[in-house]
Amino acid sequence: MDLLIFQAPILMVQASLDGILLGILFALIAYGMALQWGVMNIINIAQGDLVILGGYIAYTMYLVGIHPAWGVIVSPIIMYFVGWALYKLVINKVVDRDLFISILATFGIAIVFQQLMNFVFGADVVVAQSEYGTTMLFDNSVTLPNSKIFAAFISVIYAIGLVIYMKKSRLGRAIRATAQNARAAKILGVDTEKVYAATFGINAALCGVAGALISITLTLHPYVGLPYTVRSFMIVIVAGLGNLPAVAISGMGLGLFEEFADYILGTEFRIGAVFMLLVFILVYRRFKLSKKREYLK
Amino acid sequence: MNKLVKLFITSISAITLALVSFTSSFAKVDGEYIVLGSAISLTGKYSSNGVHTQNGYNMAVDRINKMGGVKVGGKSYKFEIIYYDDESNPKRAAQLAERLIKQDGVHYMLGPYSSGLTKAIAPVTEKYKIPMVEANGASRSLFTKGYKYLFAVLSPANQYLEVAIDLAVEKNGGKPVRIAQAFEQDAFSQDVRLGILDAAKRTGSEIIIDDKLPKELNDMAATLAKVKATKPDVLVVSGHTKGALTAIRQISEMKVDVPMLAMTHCDAAKLSKQHGKNSEYALCASQWHKNLSYKDKFFGGGKKYDKDFKKEFGYAPPYQSAESSAALLVFKDAFERANSFDRDKVRDALKDTDMQTFYGNIKFGPGGQNVAKPMILFQVRCKGDTCENKVVAPTKWASDKFYHPIPKWSERG
Repeated sequence: MDLLIFQAPILMVQASLDGILLGILFALIAYGMALQWGVMNIINIAQGDLVILGGYIAYTMYLVGIHPAWGVIVSPIIMYFVGWALYKLVINKVVDRDLFISILATFGIAIVFQQLMNFVFGADVVVAQSEYGTTMLFDNSVTLPNSKIFAAFISVIYAIGLVIYMKKSRLGRAIRATAQNARAAKILGVDTEKVYAATFGINAALCGVAGALISITLTLHPYVGLPYTVRSFMIVIVAGLGNLPAVAISGMGLGLFEEFADYILGTEFRIGAVFMLLVFILVYRRFKLSKKREYLK
Repeated sequence: MNKLVKLFITSISAITLALVSFTSSFAKVDGEYIVLGSAISLTGKYSSNGVHTQNGYNMAVDRINKMGGVKVGGKSYKFEIIYYDDESNPKRAAQLAERLIKQDGVHYMLGPYSSGLTKAIAPVTEKYKIPMVEANGASRSLFTKGYKYLFAVLSPANQYLEVAIDLAVEKNGGKPVRIAQAFEQDAFSQDVRLGILDAAKRTGSEIIIDDKLPKELNDMAATLAKVKATKPDVLVVSGHTKGALTAIRQISEMKVDVPMLAMTHCDAAKLSKQHGKNSEYALCASQWHKNLSYKDKFFGGGKKYDKDFKKEFGYAPPYQSAESSAALLVFKDAFERANSFDRDKVRDALKDTDMQTFYGNIKFGPGGQNVAKPMILFQVRCKGDTCENKVVAPTKWASDKFYHPIPKWSERG
């Protein structure tokens, strides 16, 4: 049974496309995480919960009769201010402390967000309908939901937009300068406090986009944020900080790996397989790092 | 003087102590009230079903109290329930069960919501020999531990979809079928899976896909692609509300054609409302449906229960509420037959329960599970854009014919 994929090679096409499309969406979330990790040295445990909150914004629009796809515009705008407020209220109190404190703080935020979403939106699993239909390839043997294609397309657009923004705009340059050397940036007149707030806001906005896309492709529930946090954490670990192409490739790679693990090892091992891969990558990376250190000596 | 103060303090403490033990020894029956305790999920991830459970309990308490209460030793008593919020957390539930028993002196318990929380509480009630009637823990493992004080009014999880396999075989002209199944890796869904394995063995059917979905997973595309490639006769999915919603979303988006689709948690997921026409023809396991012809003198029948519940709480009762109401009918019946408040006598009376309620017949097996009530299957059917659940099995209560096979997606409007 495990070798079904070799008996019906068309399944490889299906698995590859499924993996890549989902991987791109995860890469978008991971990019936000990499950005604020790189700039502020904060690992945001609440990342997945910001995603789910973004999803609920799109779902609320769906409930009042607006097409949930508009959520990819509305949700990031609202989420930018949520992120900005979070920074002002909590994060700026811990941003200069060590990594452990920031992990604790964002873990707390995650719990508060979960409970608030449970309180406001209820504990039921919900979905928003896009009614986008299906793309069929190879005489219907490969079927792709158009909602997933839409999600990947929007993710790519936002990612490209962000890269251009970071390269060309004043704020983008200030963010990059702060990431490289906060003290030097401050001496040269960059308002680092504003940069940090904006970075946190941009990350939350990206989560908002991803959440809106998840509301039409997967399911929403107040307590399902953590898998998104873990997944984006893994993508960032594999890709490294501040390197968008690497994040995109690592997102798609993990998506592909997971799909193929499902066919070859069995569904129960798909997430376990990804974690095993993470362990290997961590070991390998440390190996490389130690080589570098030797060279430095 | 000093001695007098000491004496005073000692006597005060003695009186307080006496009072405490006095109240707690009478807390099980406080004046005209029989006090029951329940830890229930009013917040956290089970809060919606926790509230359904609580509403079911409250409705039955009001009804029984209004209709003469519980008659023990020629005197009429009323029910009262002490609730605590377990926050959907098993550890908290176990603590609260201790608190109900030790501090509040509760001698009879009602179950929490979900198998997981019932599993957390059962060892506590067992330790203190407190009879517990539960209505929302269906996991088979609850009934194989040899618990003596646990009684469940609902059918165990392994029975949920067994009927579906029999139905598939029947539709296949009595010949074995090819089954594809996907179950979440949690206690409940895996118990449902064991039921399917038994049914497959019994009918000689073959299981061609047997996927165990990780809990974190919300994408079943790979499983469904395998289903598409292997063309089974029946697809069985169980993974709580998330599993049901994900399955319907992806089956419709990936245009997976299967002649028969059987699931759990359809009504908890509000499947027909959230997915509309895409959920049509899905076959769903349920503990109860308002159209069943069971009757009792407190609620009349299912339809009357449905009406009264809607009037009181403003929404149609899910089966979680109905079974919770039934739990109190069982307690009342047991108290009256025991004609005593002695815990062991009540426990023995519970063991010998054999009654009919609006929710179904109730008779407990050796493990405490209800063995007298079959599961029912309904099928989602749509007229225009409104979809409804129609009972199709067992044939005794079927209001509609089971539609089989499911038309192909290319033929569906």
